[in-house]
Amino acid sequence: MSALIDCEHLEVRFRTEHGDVCAVNDLSFQLQAGECLGIVGESGSGKSQSMLAMLGLLADNGYATGAVRYRGRDILNLPRRELDQLRGDRLAMVFQDALSGLTPTMRIGDQLAESLVRHRGLSRAYAKAKALEMLEIVKIPAPDTRYCAYPFELSGGMRQRVMIAMAMLCQPEVLICDEPTTALDVTVQAQILRLLDGLKRHTGTAIILITHDLGVVAGLCDRVLIMYAGRAVEVGNTADIYASPQHPYTAGLLRSVPTLGGDPDTDLPTIPGQPPDLERLGAGCAFAARCGHTFGPCTEQLPELTRVGPAHIAACHRVNGP
Amino acid sequence: MSAFILRRLLIAIPTLIVIATASFFLMRAAPGGPFDAEADLEPEVLENIRAAYDLDKPLLEQFRIYVSNALQGDFGPSLVYKDFSVTELVAIGLPVSIKLGVWAMLVALLLGGLAGIIAALRQNRFIDHAVMAMAMTGIAIPSFVVAPILALFFGLYLRLLPVAGWNDGAWQNMVLPVTALALPQVAIIARLIRGGMLEVLRSNFVRTARAKGLPESQVVIAHVLRSAMIPLVGYLGPALAGIMTGSLVIELIFNLPGVGRYFIQGALNRDYPLVMGVVVIYASLIILLNLLSDLAYAALDPRVRRAYR
Repeated sequence: MSALIDCEHLEVRFRTEHGDVCAVNDLSFQLQAGECLGIVGESGSGKSQSMLAMLGLLADNGYATGAVRYRGRDILNLPRRELDQLRGDRLAMVFQDALSGLTPTMRIGDQLAESLVRHRGLSRAYAKAKALEMLEIVKIPAPDTRYCAYPFELSGGMRQRVMIAMAMLCQPEVLICDEPTTALDVTVQAQILRLLDGLKRHTGTAIILITHDLGVVAGLCDRVLIMYAGRAVEVGNTADIYASPQHPYTAGLLRSVPTLGGDPDTDLPTIPGQPPDLERLGAGCAFAARCGHTFGPCTEQLPELTRVGPAHIAACHRVNGP
Repeated sequence: MSAFILRRLLIAIPTLIVIATASFFLMRAAPGGPFDAEADLEPEVLENIRAAYDLDKPLLEQFRIYVSNALQGDFGPSLVYKDFSVTELVAIGLPVSIKLGVWAMLVALLLGGLAGIIAALRQNRFIDHAVMAMAMTGIAIPSFVVAPILALFFGLYLRLLPVAGWNDGAWQNMVLPVTALALPQVAIIARLIRGGMLEVLRSNFVRTARAKGLPESQVVIAHVLRSAMIPLVGYLGPALAGIMTGSLVIELIFNLPGVGRYFIQGALNRDYPLVMGVVVIYASLIILLNLLSDLAYAALDPRVRRAYR
């Protein structure tokens, strides 16, 4: 079975005053229909930019090379007209900050309905009925009154639900969620995640969940892709990655997740150091400077993604070495 | 909303009182008097004329008389245009000035808005640089320089349009003064709109709209324009003030029978009631237009609308 999304050697670069900066480097992954893939990494690891590149939403100075195939068709650098037929319809995205992500001068309802009018050719009245239905599905109380509200009149959690409703209106095959819960408090966060989980189950929509929260991934995702400094460093089934992380960065991330049974007086383990400057990446492994297990090749040679299990790959010299 | 408008109108009253008071005393403090131009008046005759206009009374008494008359709608006689009351002169001049000002404002909004939008959508391309270069020129050259050049070129050399005169507001006579008045505002408005557009085009909600698969034209019209116009609204008040003060000079250059001519000549002649009348009218207009610009804010931004309630 061919994958729904097949991303091959995706590279995202930004033109800056000091030359090009590479934000995403040689990223390859596949997404199957109905699957949930978590992409995890620190800020600046390239997780958001790779998704924006897929939908042609990079900033003006950014450009992408490689191939992203949706049902076998390369959608990277598609002409705007053809891209507009896919995004919002087959491929939808939920953005991180729903306050700045919704148009402040437009009623919620109009922002919802325009998507249906555009992709389904519905009349305004029918689009409204459909949009109200969707608001109900994402559990917005009193959808009739909310439909006429402006974004600033809703709470943060409700705005995020509206965002999700907006993305789900045309029943997309792929829903990309870019840190949908980071701006929300913990209880609302849990509600949103439950909502996403329900949507995944009932509609069969494949989800790509971008996050830096491994706890969120464990609850929702079938597979995980860990990114560091623009590259995938480990990919595998969620269970395998949690049980036996192969990359020291993944292991570090897992150690720094707080646990309920943990001693409240001891500090949470952290990964020492800072993520590297993407403009000054050396020849070796980007994580070498923060890694406690460096040896010979780490600072000289880039580790390649190597198979470490049936559906588990990692890019670390230790996998083959000592 | 109506409570907001009422509140603003009530605040306008003390503002007008301060403006009227200040200009009354400032004008009286200037040297010279309204009858200096009359040739060799006998001292007794001058005294009699001054007494007829209450100018011999103490300053505060004059002010009291002026205010009590003005409150009854009587802004006094013109001291120089004999047989005309200030109200009559303003009634003659104001329609001309308003017609000129409104047209200049409309042209400025339309041309400036369009130029700004096009420049923003073609940022850093040739047309953007061309628009911005023209805008800088427009801002740098004052309208009293543009006006004679326009009159010289289109009136004298090409003989396309009349050099001056009003001719009951025929469009041929309006073109040059309206252009001269509007040009600096076109330039400023184009820059404002371009800046507003560029900022909004980079915002997250525009990315959301694009992610929905909307064509760029719909993204701009439905999601960008409203927010991009907000910086312009704040400038509407100053823009109208600029057009009104600009029209004082433009009316003189094109010899138009507007209020501006009376204002300038009134000031030179120390025609106290006339200048006062024009100042109060202009001040009320500017206050009113600022209120309109606040209402435009509310129309554009739902958050402001709620705050006004």
